[in-house]
Amino acid sequence: MKKKQVLVACGAGIATSTVVNGAIEDMIKENDIKADLVQIKISEVGSYEDTADMLVTTAMTKKEYPFPVINARSFLTGIGTDATKQEILEELKK
Amino acid sequence: MSDIYFNESIILLDVEAETREEVLTTIGDNLVNKHLVQPSFVPAIIEREKEFPTGLPTAGVSVAIPHTDVEHVIQKNISVAILKNEVDFGVMGDDSEQVPVKIIFMLAMDEAHSQLSLLQKLMQIFQDENELRNLVNQTDKKAIKRILEEKLNFQELEGGNK
Repeated sequence: MKKKQVLVACGAGIATSTVVNGAIEDMIKENDIKADLVQIKISEVGSYEDTADMLVTTAMTKKEYPFPVINARSFLTGIGTDATKQEILEELKK
Repeated sequence: MSDIYFNESIILLDVEAETREEVLTTIGDNLVNKHLVQPSFVPAIIEREKEFPTGLPTAGVSVAIPHTDVEHVIQKNISVAILKNEVDFGVMGDDSEQVPVKIIFMLAMDEAHSQLSLLQKLMQIFQDENELRNLVNQTDKKAIKRILEEKLNFQELEGGNK
């Protein structure tokens, strides 16, 4: 299976994407999945449009992308984290 | 890498404000006066908050974590403000919802993609309803400093985490 490229984005690429990136890293290790995590600013997503398989973000985005977009706020608030993890895992296993 | 600046002088209690712009200006101006951030930090953080809101609805006391680009920061710091009355912030990742925020953690970071364990520890506080209630009920800055220093474990983090 091809290693999936996962974009992890927030507004500034400083704080929340760092936390989300860490959470996904732990999760893929636990599940023994290989994925290529790329931490960026939401404004940089466009340049990965051809290569990315998924966008996990805490920032809102009105743009349509050719890959699924998953809201990652739950990693920060702890509310609904399991559902978000499940959503990401299912996408990674596709 | 410089250490994170954190002490009573950037912990604000009973902040009175009507709007999030006022809140961000009050906290930001304090950092400008202490030469921890450039004067450009304040307009930058207000703009960023408009475009990418940072309000986080939690189980107990809702929080906001305003932050902006690293070039406005002179020395990295975390500033805390407890508001006298809740002020509406936009919800992170959602352009239609607002959340009444009681406590603000303003993150002034001088390096992108850094401080993972510090930020993780901070988010753990957000997930602890009792701890948040405990924090907003404090009337003494020293007590807040002590609680956060213990929870965020600054000493252990220094230099250990790129």
